[in-house]
Amino acid sequence: MKPKSVAVVGAAETTDLGVIPGMSQIQLHADAALNALGDAGLKPTDIDGLATAGETPTTVAHYLGITPTWVDGTAVGGCSFMIHVRHAAAAINEGLCKTVLITHGESGKSRVGASPRPPFPASLAGQFEAPFGVMGPPTMFTVPVLRYMRTFGITEEQIAMVAVVQREWAAKNPRATFKEPITVADVLKSRMIAYPFRILMCCLVTDGGGALILTSAERAKDFPQKPVYILGTGESVESPMISQMEDFTSSRAFRVSGKKAFAEAGIEHGDVDHLMIYDAFAHLPLYGLEDLGFCKPGESAAFIGARNTAPGGKLPLNTNGGGLSYMHSGMYGMYALQESVRQLRGTAAAQVPGAKISIAHGVGGMFAASGTIVFSNERG
Amino acid sequence: MAEGTRPLPVPTPETKHFWEGTKAGELRLQRCDACRHTYFPPRPFCPKCASRKVSVVKSSGKAKLFSYVIHHRPAPGFTPPYAIAVVELAEGPRMMTNIVGCPQTPDALLLDMPLEVAFEKQTDQISLPFFKPADGK
Repeated sequence: MKPKSVAVVGAAETTDLGVIPGMSQIQLHADAALNALGDAGLKPTDIDGLATAGETPTTVAHYLGITPTWVDGTAVGGCSFMIHVRHAAAAINEGLCKTVLITHGESGKSRVGASPRPPFPASLAGQFEAPFGVMGPPTMFTVPVLRYMRTFGITEEQIAMVAVVQREWAAKNPRATFKEPITVADVLKSRMIAYPFRILMCCLVTDGGGALILTSAERAKDFPQKPVYILGTGESVESPMISQMEDFTSSRAFRVSGKKAFAEAGIEHGDVDHLMIYDAFAHLPLYGLEDLGFCKPGESAAFIGARNTAPGGKLPLNTNGGGLSYMHSGMYGMYALQESVRQLRGTAAAQVPGAKISIAHGVGGMFAASGTIVFSNERG
Repeated sequence: MAEGTRPLPVPTPETKHFWEGTKAGELRLQRCDACRHTYFPPRPFCPKCASRKVSVVKSSGKAKLFSYVIHHRPAPGFTPPYAIAVVELAEGPRMMTNIVGCPQTPDALLLDMPLEVAFEKQTDQISLPFFKPADGK
């Protein structure tokens, strides 16, 4: 896409985050959408493009009273929303629509009106993974990690440190689910879920939603909020089965998506002021930092241990507290995008002073897909 | 004790040879006649060169432990803690499995340890390929 040709002009999460038993999945989409429309000073009838995952675009369009000329139902897991941003930017530039709404809502904890969870027994994952006792992401996303630790000599303490540092960020965020400080010892004595992963290395399970509104950079200046421009974008997919991931120490989808986004944006790593890496589990920021090129293979754990990503560090990472401490409804990518937008508007709870370039990097499935968005708050 | 039953595969036309193989005590892979690439999971064409000329080949059943987790939470048909493993076959492909004949502990489950396939009948239709320590006969 052409850098800075499209901007985010509306962004909001659901009014509440956490445990929301009084709202079904579709209403979480709507609650976030109405908040984002309010943020942009728009009504549903002003929207002519719609992208969503978890629900179909048809369901969300009808529920909100939108008549779109462009829809995108790309649903590749938690990074679907990064990919929606990328597709929306292309669609706006191509003249397929003018004003795009992207919605996410998920009753991850309360499971009110929630979609059924695959796999189906005749799918490849159903035939070649499900029979061996996988029970959701904690038993799949985590499978490559012992090989990663062996290859690079990484310890459980170093992985625990990821959760400790993110809790420091969460402590600064009133909307974070967990704010109490934790130590490496706390993480390593927390309940074992799937060795070597303990519960404090695993994301939260909560209810919530978020929505974004995008339009051309030309039109963006007429909206009430400070525009946040799309500078570069990337996407890719790899395998629906964790056992078939090419390299257990590095995600191909991360590498392809990240490289594309950096190239489009025309930036160097040193230009990045703020970074969000989807952290469903504590090892994801390690893979993300390396596969995006911020660290060499095997060096990200030491980079985090040296407090480079902590408050006061040179590369603030997951400043909302992340999926480990802020919230995680199931498809967390939307919340990473929201935090990037807040940082570049200058309205984040743990604001990075003077942040100009932010990256939101997402994962879908278990290293199955990826989407990367580079944002800038400078038009020139 | 384990409660419930583990999910079982439903074979498709493209995977039928694999599940007939496990029932007959054979681990069946596929090899491309054109580029000789050996691959898994099953499909009737080569994922490397797209040739439709592929053959079913019997694996040696020898593998090494590539990575795993030890699940501590309940799952239908399993008694926790149990390991969910990925093994790398001598022929190259990797597959998910369970490790049998071995304590389900980090001390017993050593990365790169040699393993061999061990079939266990689940129903008249389905036998699953597990792996056991190669020297633990």
